[in-house]
Amino acid sequence: MKIVVAIKQVPARDSLLKVNASGTWIDDTDLSWEINEPDAYALEAGLQLREAASGEVVVLCAGPEHATQTIREALAKGADRAIHIETDESAADPLVLAKQMAAALEFEKPDVILTGLQSDDLGYGQTGVILAEVLGYVHATLVMSIETTGSGIRVKRELEDGWFQNVEMPLPAVLTIQSGAAKLRYATLMGIKKAKSKEIKAVPAAAGAAPLVTLERVYFPPKSKKSQIFEGSPQETAAQLVEKLRFEARVL
Amino acid sequence: MSGILVILEQPHGMSIEALAAAQQIASELGQPVFAAIVGNDAPAVAAYKVEKVHAVVHPLLAEYTSDGYRIALKQLIEQHRPSCVLFPHTYQVRDFAPALAASLGRVLVSDVVGHRAPNGSLVLVRQLFQGKLNADVRFVGDGPWFASIQAGAFRAENAVKGDAAAPIETVTPALEASQIRTKPLERFRESQRAVDLGAAERIVSVGRGIREQENIALVEDLAKAMGAELAASRPICDNGWLPMERQVGSSGQTVAPKLYVAVGISGAIQHLVGMKGAKTIVAINKDPEAPIFEVADYGIVGDLFQTVPALIEALKK
Repeated sequence: MKIVVAIKQVPARDSLLKVNASGTWIDDTDLSWEINEPDAYALEAGLQLREAASGEVVVLCAGPEHATQTIREALAKGADRAIHIETDESAADPLVLAKQMAAALEFEKPDVILTGLQSDDLGYGQTGVILAEVLGYVHATLVMSIETTGSGIRVKRELEDGWFQNVEMPLPAVLTIQSGAAKLRYATLMGIKKAKSKEIKAVPAAAGAAPLVTLERVYFPPKSKKSQIFEGSPQETAAQLVEKLRFEARVL
Repeated sequence: MSGILVILEQPHGMSIEALAAAQQIASELGQPVFAAIVGNDAPAVAAYKVEKVHAVVHPLLAEYTSDGYRIALKQLIEQHRPSCVLFPHTYQVRDFAPALAASLGRVLVSDVVGHRAPNGSLVLVRQLFQGKLNADVRFVGDGPWFASIQAGAFRAENAVKGDAAAPIETVTPALEASQIRTKPLERFRESQRAVDLGAAERIVSVGRGIREQENIALVEDLAKAMGAELAASRPICDNGWLPMERQVGSSGQTVAPKLYVAVGISGAIQHLVGMKGAKTIVAINKDPEAPIFEVADYGIVGDLFQTVPALIEALKK
């Protein structure tokens, strides 16, 4: 089974973000980067699927040069090889991105493409679904687990309000993986060593797909509610808060 | 090409919020509103002030599939050519609407929390970086423009009812069983919920800021001191540090207690939609820019490992 896992590199979760000078995206100098957390779960699902069904895990990542660090980490965790779509466009709309990914996969003919349910930066939550549409593959979102059947796969999907549903489908398919469905593995020392010699094929981003939505302005959200922020030592702020909760809000 | 088409999932909840959004945006753009719903709930939708309700009915749409919905709704949109198509941002919409928009060569602007309509054009507001930043998003090129509306962004009670029921037009899409590639099986629940957070008067909720499972006990002590139920954001339950039944947010429980104390929770939209109905909200977080402070009545910017013990002490006095 050929398994492609599409991953994205995003600013580290604790980053203090700044808006760039033109006010259209973040200022991405001096940031540290990491794998988009939902994609880490997709990678884990891909590695587990390979362990169950044998085959190969190919990492697919669109991003600038520093994305290679995240790609290496995925290889160190056990992916077999990688395709790096080289692009500096960090806020591309998901249709542009999906078309670039489809072009990069032209000769790969994967059986399964996995990706996280959404990115922590743009958060459209659409790239996997659109990639399926562009490739003509069947898809399922919010997948918790994957089993192979005789003719295809059966996946467990998360629905709203604590409900789940099993869905059967043929291959090839695109699945977006729900976070938290499995425990993430760490890279071993041996894995890190091996990753150095694994192939990362760099391909240029396919041209021609014009963006259909633009980020006109990026800004910190205006405070909608007037909150009282307490200042001082932990003891002082705690005392002020308890006082307010008892005598102003009257909720204690 | 004209009119706003709102595609509802049910005649209540987030779907009616999306309908309210459609009415509001349509009036600002000077356009009529049309509604569509798959299945038999069109009469309930027709009570609202819309030009018409399209009831999309076909035996193959009885059970949801992405293929069935995409094919059926694409036909509806191609036939009526609306300038704008709106959806509630539900799990089901997230499953088919991006493919539907892409099949028409368009991009869905997902998770919309606000809008402006300067000079007859449309600017949508959505969140980036888990709610840390907002973005004004504009469509490039011709419609139909697609967008999905996040829970709580528009108020269902602002949806305007009509003087008389709107006409219902039943449409039967051309759909073959062979076009539906997935086979959905039974829906099921894993376990009954033992904890009903919805009934709790006070909730103390813990997030990623707690760092380690063993630190949860600290927040549990705070909950005890406040006479509160203990709850958590999704990552805590994903890690197995607390059971899933204690999760608050779009994939967990929706709560509206008198007091909600968010400890080490940054306040991603998925969490906020589950708790922003609380009467009094307290946020304790080390990041002053954390979106949780936008909904908080009271806040302490600081290290929870110092603040929480101090709070427990202060509550004893």
